[in-house]
Amino acid sequence: MLHEKSPELVCPAGSLAALRAAVDNGADAVYFGYKNDTNARNFAGLNFDHKAMVEGIRYAHTHGKQVLMAINTFPQPGREADWRRAVDGAADLGVDAVILADIGLLDYARKRHPDLRLHLSVQGSATSYEAVNFAHREFGVRRAVLPRVLTLAQVELVIRNTPVEIEVFGFGSLCVMNEGRCWLSSYATGESPNTVGACSPAKYVKWEKSPGQMSTRLNGILIDRYGDGEAAGYPTLCKGRFEVGGEIYYAMEEPTSLNVLEILPEIARIGVSAIKVEGRQRSPTYVAQVTRTLRAALDELSRDADHFKARPAWQAELGKVSEGVQATLGAYNRPWR
Amino acid sequence: MKLALGPLLYFWPKQDVLEFYAQMAQSDAIDIIYVGEVVCSRRQQLRVVDWIGLARDLVDAGKEVVVSAQALLESEGDLKALRRLMDEAGCTIEANDLGAVNIAGGRPFVAGPHLNIYNAATLETFARYGLQRWVPPLEADRKLIETLHASRPAGIETEVFVYGKLPLAFSARCFTARHYGLNKDDCQFKCLDHPEGMTLKTREGQSFLAINGIQTMSAQTYNLLAEVPEMLKMGIDSVRLSPQPQHMPEIIATFDAARHGERVQPDNNAWASEGMVDGYWFGKAGISVQHQAASFKGV
Repeated sequence: MLHEKSPELVCPAGSLAALRAAVDNGADAVYFGYKNDTNARNFAGLNFDHKAMVEGIRYAHTHGKQVLMAINTFPQPGREADWRRAVDGAADLGVDAVILADIGLLDYARKRHPDLRLHLSVQGSATSYEAVNFAHREFGVRRAVLPRVLTLAQVELVIRNTPVEIEVFGFGSLCVMNEGRCWLSSYATGESPNTVGACSPAKYVKWEKSPGQMSTRLNGILIDRYGDGEAAGYPTLCKGRFEVGGEIYYAMEEPTSLNVLEILPEIARIGVSAIKVEGRQRSPTYVAQVTRTLRAALDELSRDADHFKARPAWQAELGKVSEGVQATLGAYNRPWR
Repeated sequence: MKLALGPLLYFWPKQDVLEFYAQMAQSDAIDIIYVGEVVCSRRQQLRVVDWIGLARDLVDAGKEVVVSAQALLESEGDLKALRRLMDEAGCTIEANDLGAVNIAGGRPFVAGPHLNIYNAATLETFARYGLQRWVPPLEADRKLIETLHASRPAGIETEVFVYGKLPLAFSARCFTARHYGLNKDDCQFKCLDHPEGMTLKTREGQSFLAINGIQTMSAQTYNLLAEVPEMLKMGIDSVRLSPQPQHMPEIIATFDAARHGERVQPDNNAWASEGMVDGYWFGKAGISVQHQAASFKGV
């Protein structure tokens, strides 16, 4: 099997410590965001102020790694200036690319900072080469992150029909819904990833303990209920147990992690440019473990793609930091659908 | 203010669909009709050629017809079907993603609710590519709609989704097939058994969402009847009603009266089996009820 280039490894940084962990363990690029609602992981205690950004960029660049800045929520009316300032700030700081979702903001970035490299965020919801090519032609987008809705064959179809680099998710918590076009969170709470940069925000979460059971609620809505022996998970609303047609089950998705280790050779073969690890909200330990493992796998892949096999030790390592106890290939694999 | 009938979000037998639209064609109140399969490419009771034929019939009946694009475009087959719809239906297209905007290639289009227009700059940018009308994101509150409507580029119309279960999310996974333990590729078209989707309840029996194939909807029906006078003042160009299997003529008659400034007091308890909500308009959780419940009955 012929490989021109193994995919780049793009890792999450919710803090300076996580950024260093990613760089030290073999990431080719790290991505981060401001400490505000201009990015889709707007959680308390997370993300970067200006000073931390300067330090993070210095650290990554010193080690020959790239830094991408996510500014991937949708500017709210009357506050467009906040998002434009974020883009201006990214250009001033000298990041290697910004990751954007909003069309008006892409247009602004293209005109104001013609030399700034633009990536289309997964929140931009481009699922076909027609969508990717539109973003390329109109705004000069150089890379698109595909939503977690396509099979490998459909990812390949996109790659064969666009000059834009394609980045796909390789590991982390799995969005079941087409990113950027999901309003479940705001239906329950009034706040969504598109508007405030968070899904199922923590301030609406309630853990209710009563004898023999634990209930998890989001803005009062019961997302799941656990018996004494069960581990209660964060009430991300698409991963709870609900009743449909008289049956109680994970009606949308179990708490699982996406893990593409076993299909890494196919991902490389079809020409994916970069593999993204989800999890800016996770700890530096998570970032270190996942980065180290995927680095080892990608290195082995570039040494000998023909005999590549996902090693049990790698799977075990990733299993330690997975959401829930299961891993899935998600939409890449037809039966999941 | 024009009255628009949004695209059919459910999977109904072909005969039911044709009868439904024949009835709508007769309705003097409806000005704009959106047609086409927007949810799932496996729904083939009406094929592309049938939708094209239906669009032409409705044009002949004097309606403004818009062909809605499938929101989640994945395969080459999806793209081909959309190109054909655009080329042959002879109608404006409703784009629900950037792919459809690209395929429209400068021809006039309507920005559907899933195109994510949250601010004036984005509305202006889309206006460069042939935008005729836009539907705000369904989670948009009154302030967002009012602000963007007031500053919209010349000639662009604003259409607000005012009635129906809200299409909230799309997935690669089919939740209806999952419920029946079937693979999506062999779904046995179970959606046909659920003309309004399947209600998803919490473990304490609260109706929350509705599963409709790959689409997840609100269980409750969004109803902004009481806000129509406000929208008239704002100069909203059209309001959208989303098709449902029962009571459509009464729903249309009620909104028709409201847009003409008449006082209406419909007996509408039967319209929505899982209740009515209006939270999004007020900037609150979509599932919440902000106005007095009685106001769903009119103004």
